[in-house]
Amino acid sequence: MTLYLLCMVLFCIGLYGVLRKRNIVKIIIGIAIMSYSVNLFLVLLGYRFHGRAPIDAHDQTITNMVDPIPQAIVMTSIVVGLAMMALLIAISIRIYEKYGTFDITKIKKLKG
Amino acid sequence: MKLINIIPLLIIVPLAAAFLNSLFGRIIKRLGGALALVSVVISCGFAVYARIALEAVPDKILVYKIGGWVPPFGICMVFDGLSSLMLVVINLAAFFIMIYSLNYMEKYTDKTKFYTLFSLMVCGLNGVALAGDLFNLFVFLEIASIASYALVAFGTEAEELEAALKYAIMGAVASSFILIGIAFLYGFTSTLNMADMAIVLSQKHNIWVVSFVSVLFIAGLGLKAAMIPFHAWLPDAHSSAPAPVSAMLSGVLIKTLGVYSLFRILFNIIGASDNYLGMLMFLGAVSIVVAGVLSLSQMNFKRLLAYSSISQIGYIVLGISLATPLGIFGGLFHLFNHSIFKPLLFLNAGAIDYAGGGTDLDQAKGAGRFMPVTAKTNLIASLSISGIPPFNGFFSKLIIIIACAQKAHFGYALCAVIGSIFTLCALMKMRKFIFTEDAETERKRAFKEVPFGMAFAMVCLAFLCLSAGLILIPELRVFISDAADVLLNGTGYGDIVMRASLK
Repeated sequence: MTLYLLCMVLFCIGLYGVLRKRNIVKIIIGIAIMSYSVNLFLVLLGYRFHGRAPIDAHDQTITNMVDPIPQAIVMTSIVVGLAMMALLIAISIRIYEKYGTFDITKIKKLKG
Repeated sequence: MKLINIIPLLIIVPLAAAFLNSLFGRIIKRLGGALALVSVVISCGFAVYARIALEAVPDKILVYKIGGWVPPFGICMVFDGLSSLMLVVINLAAFFIMIYSLNYMEKYTDKTKFYTLFSLMVCGLNGVALAGDLFNLFVFLEIASIASYALVAFGTEAEELEAALKYAIMGAVASSFILIGIAFLYGFTSTLNMADMAIVLSQKHNIWVVSFVSVLFIAGLGLKAAMIPFHAWLPDAHSSAPAPVSAMLSGVLIKTLGVYSLFRILFNIIGASDNYLGMLMFLGAVSIVVAGVLSLSQMNFKRLLAYSSISQIGYIVLGISLATPLGIFGGLFHLFNHSIFKPLLFLNAGAIDYAGGGTDLDQAKGAGRFMPVTAKTNLIASLSISGIPPFNGFFSKLIIIIACAQKAHFGYALCAVIGSIFTLCALMKMRKFIFTEDAETERKRAFKEVPFGMAFAMVCLAFLCLSAGLILIPELRVFISDAADVLLNGTGYGDIVMRASLK
């Protein structure tokens, strides 16, 4: 149970970074922490105590395997997170070229 | 071709167009637009044909099993009344917007990237509508979202980048909420198939997990739908993006990613409960009034339309979360109507921008007097969206208001009426500036009518605005009422899909 709660604490740290920080790079790091904590949570869901890799072969007995589905999900989720991260970093580099700053309080051309 | 084999093609065709475009678009110059147009025409034809053919299918549901694995073990795609309504909405809007953007995108460099991203977005949206598996829904949702973040930033000007960053960060947080909700549901039910999950959840009694998960989904998908407390990204993103992209975002994306996924999960998987339906009704009513007031004070054409989008999303959410047959019918009918007139209004804004008027109401003063097609189509769209009787928007708003009154929610009915008046005021303000005032003399010469492709798309959408009211006649009403039946069925969805998948 403690592990799951720590995972949620990690999620909240990421959320704090997104909500409180003014620097775009720190916000992006916050998003990365959030997505890692969700991935960690998914892996923890599939873990069994003293479990082993879910490989089914002739000479193996099917006992105490970890759940393979969260692992497949986490793979996909990491790839999606990577695409997201690449796009965010690309946009923030272009923003730095245009505005000359990473401070979100100074990036305010749009209002109303 | 068998009907069932069409279902995966709705995802494959746009995805193939995006792939081929990114490979060969740079080498063959004119290929990009043609390829994207062909893919949208094919998927639009398939969506309409499959919708018509669905009438003859028992239970009005088709389940495509990927790789022949029977659910709950494999991944499946579900094509039922609600999915088919969404597919027709997505592909019809994408078709007209694509015709429009062939002319409109001429002024941008590197058009191939636009067509690639556009096809990718259509693929993601079709996938969301067809997904029968909760994690697949998430993946397609992310495909459509990431393509839309990139499309908002397409012009790479300072404003567009700022809007895209805001949208992307909020979207990423929302995605994390959705994924953690899916993780909780998986941990609780040990399945990812939506139908199986509905069956398992209806047998268990643990209120704590289910209400926690529904709050996560309302926060995450509500942000994608831009309901009022989560709306901050929408006015920026919609006013900065190129016109076809704003039309697509406002007309289709917020409805498919937000409204469709939210109500599919709440009604069909978790099961509707009065607690959060009451909350959604309240959010819908707040969206209608607050966004209506905010749209009045805008001096930017597209920003005004963006706020009015939030207000119309409020109508859809209010109607569907009433959970009565009439309310759901009204909400879905308004969803269909809004996907016609809101793209039309954004395309009008794009046409005025194209003619050199910009998007500022003061700058574009009088532009419409020299553009007869834009002026006429804009009049039709404005009257439709503000609910003037012979047009389609009137009927859907009337149905929602009657449904509110039937369930004795007179306050919400009043909100809906007031919101309609605010919309009318905002649109009249826009028309006064652009279409009735006289232009400054030195600018007059610049304004002229847009090229054929853009005018054709606008005229077709205006014609649909006029004729969509006919959906209320009994022979055509099944188009909406089949979709409403799926939501009314609630968690019975699980049994229906399981029965259909064994055939």
